[in-house]
Amino acid sequence: MAKRIEAADVTAYYGGFKAIENINLTVEPKTVTALIGPSGCGKSTFLRSINRMHEVLPGARVEGSLTIDGQDIYDRDVDVTAVRRMIGMVFQRPNPFPTMSIFENVVAGLRLNGVRKKSILDEAAEKALRSANLWDEVKDRLGKPGAGLSGGQQQRLCIARTIAVEPQVVLMDEPCSALDPISTLAIEDLMFQLKDKFTIIIVTHNMQQAARVSDRTAFFSIEKTGDPGRLIEYDNTQKIFSNPSVKKTEDYITGRFG
Amino acid sequence: MSTLTSHRRSPAAQPPTLRAKRLPKWMPPAIALGALLVAAAIVYGTGLGGPVLVVVVGGLLYLGGLYAAANAVEGQRAARNRTWSALIHSAFVLAVLPLASVVWTLLSRGAERLDADFFGTSMNNIGARDPNGGAYHAIVGTLEQVGIATLITVPIGILCAIYIVEYGRGRFAFAIRFFVDVMTGIPSIVSGLFVLAFWVLIVSPYFSSTGRPGFSGFAAALALSVLMLPTVVRSTEEMLRLVPAPLREGAYALGVPKWKTILRVVLPTALPGIVTGVMLAIARAAGETAPVLLVAGGGAAINLNPFENNQSSLALFVYQQAGDASRYAPARAWTAALTLVALVLVLTIAAKLLARRNRLGR
Ligand SMILES: Nc1ncnc2c1ncn2[C@@H]1O[C@H](COP(=O)(O)OP(=O)(O)OP(=O)(O)O)[C@@H](O)[C@H]1O
Ligand SMILES: [Mg+2]
Repeated sequence: MAKRIEAADVTAYYGGFKAIENINLTVEPKTVTALIGPSGCGKSTFLRSINRMHEVLPGARVEGSLTIDGQDIYDRDVDVTAVRRMIGMVFQRPNPFPTMSIFENVVAGLRLNGVRKKSILDEAAEKALRSANLWDEVKDRLGKPGAGLSGGQQQRLCIARTIAVEPQVVLMDEPCSALDPISTLAIEDLMFQLKDKFTIIIVTHNMQQAARVSDRTAFFSIEKTGDPGRLIEYDNTQKIFSNPSVKKTEDYITGRFG
Repeated sequence: MSTLTSHRRSPAAQPPTLRAKRLPKWMPPAIALGALLVAAAIVYGTGLGGPVLVVVVGGLLYLGGLYAAANAVEGQRAARNRTWSALIHSAFVLAVLPLASVVWTLLSRGAERLDADFFGTSMNNIGARDPNGGAYHAIVGTLEQVGIATLITVPIGILCAIYIVEYGRGRFAFAIRFFVDVMTGIPSIVSGLFVLAFWVLIVSPYFSSTGRPGFSGFAAALALSVLMLPTVVRSTEEMLRLVPAPLREGAYALGVPKWKTILRVVLPTALPGIVTGVMLAIARAAGETAPVLLVAGGGAAINLNPFENNQSSLALFVYQQAGDASRYAPARAWTAALTLVALVLVLTIAAKLLARRNRLGR
């Protein structure tokens, strides 16, 4: 079930601007991989190129090769929606569907992909909401609009929405940046559960979180503004946080960046 | 700190307390009254004009007086604030006045013929001396023509807007946008002439039972469609562009295909705005007279079939009755105008309610 993701020489552009250059890394199945690095170094860009969300923006394109279990994600014959169903994503900013209720938001992925049966939807919604630590807060108002939740609740709603379709790879772009410590712990627990079956890649600015949840850590950085982001070091999380082999990584982790 | 110091006043000049002196509550009305009295004295004293001028001069005096009083007591910022608020409120009143006047005129003059006869009979066999007669045929005509035009334009217009916003790239989309813009400026008489030349004279003989060209309500609907289409396209386009990109991305990331994303996420989000645009187009079309006269021909009798023979419409009915020599005609024209406005109003309210039912209450 779980998938291995291999990136080879991945370079991504926004129009004429090269945002990341020659990223090479392999994400093992059933692991949590953390992407860390300063703001603007291309973590989100790399994450979005993994499930082909990057190309949604006008003028944006990706070069190099990205494979999932050996299949080229960017192959001409590949169905984009199949890729995205396999590789789910939680965005940096919560984006619940404003016309849908909380319940409809959670089951949107299932419903829009053709699941109709109420019992299946009910069950999936409760399971996903429980995993995202939101069930108790919303169980009495599932029919209320999703946009009426607090920012952190919305983010957990989006996490629930993503895992409700049971993707095999989950990409999370700073999922906990708007969450309180309790919900953050719940999401980290969720990651531990998910990694039994799935592969997880998470972007975080929280070093402790990266150290807590991830098996492997990739450090991205840029030379200076306007340069493309590069992968500086990629290793076991323990190694990165105790004994990084690149000076720049050590500086960043110990807070001596810039 | 920087925001404080970059303020126009230096920090030292800041008042030590947060409370500031305010004009007493009775002051603004008192100034208004005084301004009006002074204005009346000036206007009637010099014999320049009537009550309208008094209000205008009084308004200007009020603005000046208010500014001066507020400036003396509350300081310059507050004085500006008060003057601008007063200006904005007067602009609102100025905008509402004509509207209220129209509604009042319609109600007071249209009430006379607001009877069952008016809504139940046509103008068939109504002579110049007959006080009764009604607009049933015209109401039917308006409903059918505008209804058909809406059925034609809403799907085409929304699909066209979806194409432009979601799929259109390059020259072709640009060309479509350009022509839609050009269409927006087409005068209604031109659209009527176009349908007359193209549909009534050339195409309609193939459909009519007699094999001869003929007027029809459907031809009027076509002419109205030409007028409605650009409005629907442009307003829908604007609304679709307002839907934030992250919403689309949220759906894509769930593996939802693009067409379904548009149908189930983008369109519902934009729906209230789209409905407003469509209603504007409908309101405009319902008030058109020239194209109906040109291609539906008008008529005094009830004709329920929009595809054959002459039909009238409310706007056309108003036009004809207002120009009629009969002393009973003006009353019919007023009531028809009232009916037309009421019809558009009811449709608009119904559409808004329908669109809101799809949204969730907060
Ligand atoms: N839509 C866009 N159009 C043009 N340039 C963009 C766009 N999105 C991001 N960029 C640029 O690409 C670079 C990488 O951005 P990215 O969002 O991947 O950074 P990030 O590492 O996720 O930063 P953060 O930690 O702040 O989220 C930045 O220089 C950014 O300005
Ligand atoms: Mg980012």
